[in-house]
Amino acid sequence: MALFEARHLHKRFGDQVVLEEISIAFEEHRVSGVMGPNGAGKTTCFNVLTGHYKPDRGTVVFDGEDITGLPPRIIARKGISRSFQIMNLFNEYSAIENVLIGLPEMRARGFDMVHPVRGDSAAMDRAATVMAKVGLAGKEWDAAASLPYGDRRALEIAVALAAEPRLLFLDEPTSGLGADTTARLAELVQELRSAYTMVIIEHDMRFLFGLADTIAVIQWGQVIAQGSPDELRANNWVQRSNLGMLR
Amino acid sequence: MVKASRADVPSVTREMLIAFALLFTLPLWVKHVGLYQYLGVEVTIWMIYALGFNLLLGYSGLPSFGHGAYFGIGAYGFGLAQLGLFENLWVGLVVAIAGATLAGAIVAAFVSHRRGIYFALLSIAFGQVFWVIALKWHRLTGGEDGLLNIPRPALDLGFASVSLKDNQSFYFFILGVFVVIVLALWRLVHSPFGRIIQAIRQNETRARFVGHNVWLYKWLTFVISAAIAGLAGGLFAMAQQSAYPDVMSLHASGFVVMMTIVGGGFVSFWGPVVGALVFFVARDVLGAATETWLLWYGLLFMALVIFKPEGIAGAWQQAVARWRGRMPAAPKAPRPAQLFRK
Repeated sequence: MALFEARHLHKRFGDQVVLEEISIAFEEHRVSGVMGPNGAGKTTCFNVLTGHYKPDRGTVVFDGEDITGLPPRIIARKGISRSFQIMNLFNEYSAIENVLIGLPEMRARGFDMVHPVRGDSAAMDRAATVMAKVGLAGKEWDAAASLPYGDRRALEIAVALAAEPRLLFLDEPTSGLGADTTARLAELVQELRSAYTMVIIEHDMRFLFGLADTIAVIQWGQVIAQGSPDELRANNWVQRSNLGMLR
Repeated sequence: MVKASRADVPSVTREMLIAFALLFTLPLWVKHVGLYQYLGVEVTIWMIYALGFNLLLGYSGLPSFGHGAYFGIGAYGFGLAQLGLFENLWVGLVVAIAGATLAGAIVAAFVSHRRGIYFALLSIAFGQVFWVIALKWHRLTGGEDGLLNIPRPALDLGFASVSLKDNQSFYFFILGVFVVIVLALWRLVHSPFGRIIQAIRQNETRARFVGHNVWLYKWLTFVISAAIAGLAGGLFAMAQQSAYPDVMSLHASGFVVMMTIVGGGFVSFWGPVVGALVFFVARDVLGAATETWLLWYGLLFMALVIFKPEGIAGAWQQAVARWRGRMPAAPKAPRPAQLFRK
């Protein structure tokens, strides 16, 4: 059974239907991709899957449990983390403090008003380990706002990883990155794939085809094709769409 | 291992020692600079009030413009306990804090899912409700006159009892409360709770997506802030030996906002302390020269918001950084537009 499954999702804003009918499943220990042209409903789909929006119809199931419509903090606690396309960091904090806020320890100790966070060396070490994982070792105390763009993207992922998720959603991780940093990000995903189940939303097809085990293509608010990168390359629909330039 | 030098947060800082030393010696020098003992009482009470208020404004980014309500409830609570129950300092302060906490808990339940301009407007509305109640419920509050002749009970420590009737001993009592509040709030802002509420100010959405219960954090911060305002209000009723609705009015609520911003509450723990000091010294020094001192203070406030939104503490931090010959790494205060984003 799939770790995460969405069935018959439908979402509209006013009279505009954004998701017509999305049924999609993500297997454990895989990298799954979701792609589609701009305006196809990718980000809305993502926001419904991670609890940012409630779907008008349909169900979302994680690990056999119906999580449809639960608030984001509950979904996060069940082991689903996400990064954001537009940088969503705690900009006045140093890099390591950003990661600290995401640690499960901080949730558990969130109502401790007496003991200084920085005195908790176990949590600090945990946060430093997460930073090392995304290649930010040595930049712990740099202000999050002053990091270069590529590092901010890595930090964005580190904050999501801090929660030790069972499932990690990455929302357009390459957006705004140059060729060098995109390559670095691809390496990072390769390193993380042995430890995490990931779902990546992307419009950069080269990036996604190089990394994903399976890919779902969304167009007009529905899944128009699904399969391995090779299967998709042969798919008639995909060839006819603007994605066909992959050949 | 992460570098430990950056990891230490001392329980007592050099700034605290300087502030405590200055305030403890105040009775020795206050007359020589042309001021008077009672001013020390008043300023210290408002420092406590503003420190609690800044937990909400500076640390959580929640602009409450109705905080006078909790200060006033504290004052009335203290007065009613003295006049209606029995004359005891601790009972009075407990009633003051409990009343403000309860009112804060109820209001916070209605406003904690809001932020920015909506939060501000709701806080004003609730503040006005309490102000009108204080004004109109004559039998309980004495209406516009308020509660008069509230006794100033002795400090009963069990083994000894100290009269607080003269302003000097009363001042030292208030200073003791101030020290406790400073030490407690300093711990709080560096604790997991404190770091999370600051994270919520910076990015509420992300805080939610890493699993924090944003509503509950905001609610609790509001309640703590209201409780401290209630404590300050109780002390104020002791100082004035009366409680009156004026402290709950919109303009009195505005004073604590101005103090906090002028002092630099957005960038410094000490901002509200500096702001309260500047406000009262300005009142007395400018007030001695002109009846329209609030006009000049208001102009100072406007100039600061336009040119130096980080306030006096922010200007100080930058000056120190420049003196040490490096560019300041001080965080910027949010511009009004940022504070009031939806």
